[in-house]
Amino acid sequence: MAKTKKTETEPTTAAEQPVRRSGLFEYAPAPESPAAAGEIATSYGHFIGGEFVDSLGSEALKTVNPATEQVLAEFAQGTEQDVDRAVQAARKAFADWSALPGSERAKFLFRIARIIQERSRELAVLESIDNGKPIRETRDVDLPLVAAHFFYYAGWADKLDFAGYGANPRPLGVAAQVIPWNFPLLMLAWKVAPALATGNTVVLKPAETTPLTALRFAEICRQAGLPKGVVNIVTGDGRTGAALTAHPGVDKVAFTGSTPVGRAIAKQLAGTRKKLSLELGGKAANIVFDDAPLDQAVEGIVNGIFLNQGHVCCAGSRLLVQESVQDELLDALKRRMGTLRVGDPLDKNTDIGAINSAEQLARITELTSAGEQEGAERWAPECELPGAGYWFRPTLFTGVSQAHRIAREEIFGPVLSVLTFRTPAEAVEKANNTPYGLSAGIWTEKGSRILWTANRLRAGVVWANTFNKFDPTSPFGGYKESGYGREGGRHGLEAYLDV
Amino acid sequence: MSEPTVRLDVFKTYKLYVGGKFPRSESGRVYEVTDTKGQWLANAPLGTRKDTRDAVLAARAAVKGWSGTTAYNRGQVLYRVAEMLQGRREQFTAEVTASEGVGAKKAAALVDAAIDRWVWYAGWTDKVAQIAGGANPVAGPFFNLSTPEPTGVVGVLAPRAGYGYSLLGLVSVIAPAIATGNTVVVAAAEQAPLPALSLGEVLATSDVPGGVVNLLSGRTADIAPTLASHQDVNALDLAGAIDPDGPGAAAALEAAAADTLKRVVRPAAAPSAEDWTAAPGTGRLLSFLETKTVWHPMGI
Repeated sequence: MAKTKKTETEPTTAAEQPVRRSGLFEYAPAPESPAAAGEIATSYGHFIGGEFVDSLGSEALKTVNPATEQVLAEFAQGTEQDVDRAVQAARKAFADWSALPGSERAKFLFRIARIIQERSRELAVLESIDNGKPIRETRDVDLPLVAAHFFYYAGWADKLDFAGYGANPRPLGVAAQVIPWNFPLLMLAWKVAPALATGNTVVLKPAETTPLTALRFAEICRQAGLPKGVVNIVTGDGRTGAALTAHPGVDKVAFTGSTPVGRAIAKQLAGTRKKLSLELGGKAANIVFDDAPLDQAVEGIVNGIFLNQGHVCCAGSRLLVQESVQDELLDALKRRMGTLRVGDPLDKNTDIGAINSAEQLARITELTSAGEQEGAERWAPECELPGAGYWFRPTLFTGVSQAHRIAREEIFGPVLSVLTFRTPAEAVEKANNTPYGLSAGIWTEKGSRILWTANRLRAGVVWANTFNKFDPTSPFGGYKESGYGREGGRHGLEAYLDV
Repeated sequence: MSEPTVRLDVFKTYKLYVGGKFPRSESGRVYEVTDTKGQWLANAPLGTRKDTRDAVLAARAAVKGWSGTTAYNRGQVLYRVAEMLQGRREQFTAEVTASEGVGAKKAAALVDAAIDRWVWYAGWTDKVAQIAGGANPVAGPFFNLSTPEPTGVVGVLAPRAGYGYSLLGLVSVIAPAIATGNTVVVAAAEQAPLPALSLGEVLATSDVPGGVVNLLSGRTADIAPTLASHQDVNALDLAGAIDPDGPGAAAALEAAAADTLKRVVRPAAAPSAEDWTAAPGTGRLLSFLETKTVWHPMGI
């Protein structure tokens, strides 16, 4: 326990650090080629009615590579007129698309899924460049799941009568979809696939820091021969998103992002008949009982909080560890954190890539400072960070209390807060003591304890002896202020059907 | 000693039903309830914001026990409500007649339908998890199961329009919410609260734990905004939010509910055209459920 007691902001001596990047385990760089991303245009317009079109406004935004701060491309700040054009295109396409037999809609989705598989390396590299996430994750997690979502919902398109929402369930019309920057292409797939399978048409706005893969997806829609106007993509920041969700011509709004914005959208839609689904923030508890398999738990904790730089709404950001195993677990966790490789997202050995934007880095920095000021102890392994770009070392806080901001607010970064408990009942109470309710983790060898705990946790997804697993057949979504509605599985169809 | 030639009826003092008890309103005030022709029927308690908060407290306290009972047991309890309502058929027929201005025969049919609706929802308690949940065939080596769970405390604005609203409509919004393990705070139809207040007496004698259903009469414009903005209310059924504007209007309530991201069931597009005798389907049964998905690795 000597190590944890001496926790400090900056580790003082190298002797305290686990051995890294030396001797036998030194890794040679294994870079993926940026050229595999294909050609990135210097500027992009919107994708409306099956064509790339210039914005009706003159404002342009820039998307940068967060690992280098180099500008990748300019893209249009969508105006209200742009949004209007896109909604009209989607409206026009709706009649034919919704009338198409489900089996034919399915074939379009299957085509899209196949083309995504064919172009998955290109898309993985492009995603990594635009977002900053490691190529290992885009290649092994994001892209396989993106294709799988289109395959899964393709199969539903001609079986909607059997989905449990009555015979011949009807689509809603035009779906406005606003997605975040943490899983740009995966969030697109989660929204577009069920919307198209059920016969809706779509206007999608990607996040302003990560528009490139959505624009590339537009090309895939063209290759697949998708009828014009079925998918429309309008780029821009929150102003464009607000214009889209407020547009009187949309019948459905789907949003994934922060709780404050979700709340504002819910308010905006009050009194309208637009259907709304929200996937919002989280502050998941990852509960480790004293009989947990500790080595597996450590892997799960690391995967839970450091996947995608912690830019995950269901990240296991609060570690609740039973007091009797705290020292042992934290020693093992710190050892493991010392082996995490932070750096070039395109290096296949990289575990933790770049923070998505300067703005997000500032927020993480602010919240971690608050953690120190409020009395929690900060620890991070020593590691060299690149000079340019936005980086944050994997960090953990011990001595965290329930009232600390780092235990209550979503940090959305590679920062883990460690709390302790003595009894299972206390663990459940602490886990549920949050306005959020998206996900939770349980680590124990005892099956009855898993079921007892899972039953009491107020969270939409509970991972037992695993964490951050996703699958298109599996419903995902939150309790309480983590939003409403489910994405994935049969449940995910409901958000796009008139039921 | 001669027999009295006339006998005065004993009037009933209508009271709220909160936490299994029958309190008078904290306001100490009442308002006049009349039949559809304007004839005085009774004084109903004028429930206040404080009464509403007390009711939410009672509903919250009841969540743990009620959601923790087995589905089979909840079904038994709901069926027991039907039994108790059956025993008071004549009383409710009279109250529905007065509330909605329908003939005695039609009112009796509406009461029968309300009884049957309890029976219908009683049968749903142990089936809803099978239609709303299930095993998910994920691609990896995992056991993965989705189960529906109650969302918690549901604020209900009882229907104020549509054929059969005063009792059958009321039952149609209460029963599905509690069948799935939620607890409710109900704002009774402002102009016709008597069937609701009498329903409290039925519930009190039918094994429904105190606090699971809480019934308030009074001004919807007082009670509804309190429910909509309350931090400890998880969902809102706006069936009776039919005012065009003002604090009790559906849009204002939905906007208030957005602050706490409550689940909201909007009122029908034309509430007065609703026919509560129509088959209800599973819409309201599924509206106040969360889906919890549990993953576990599979292997040896």
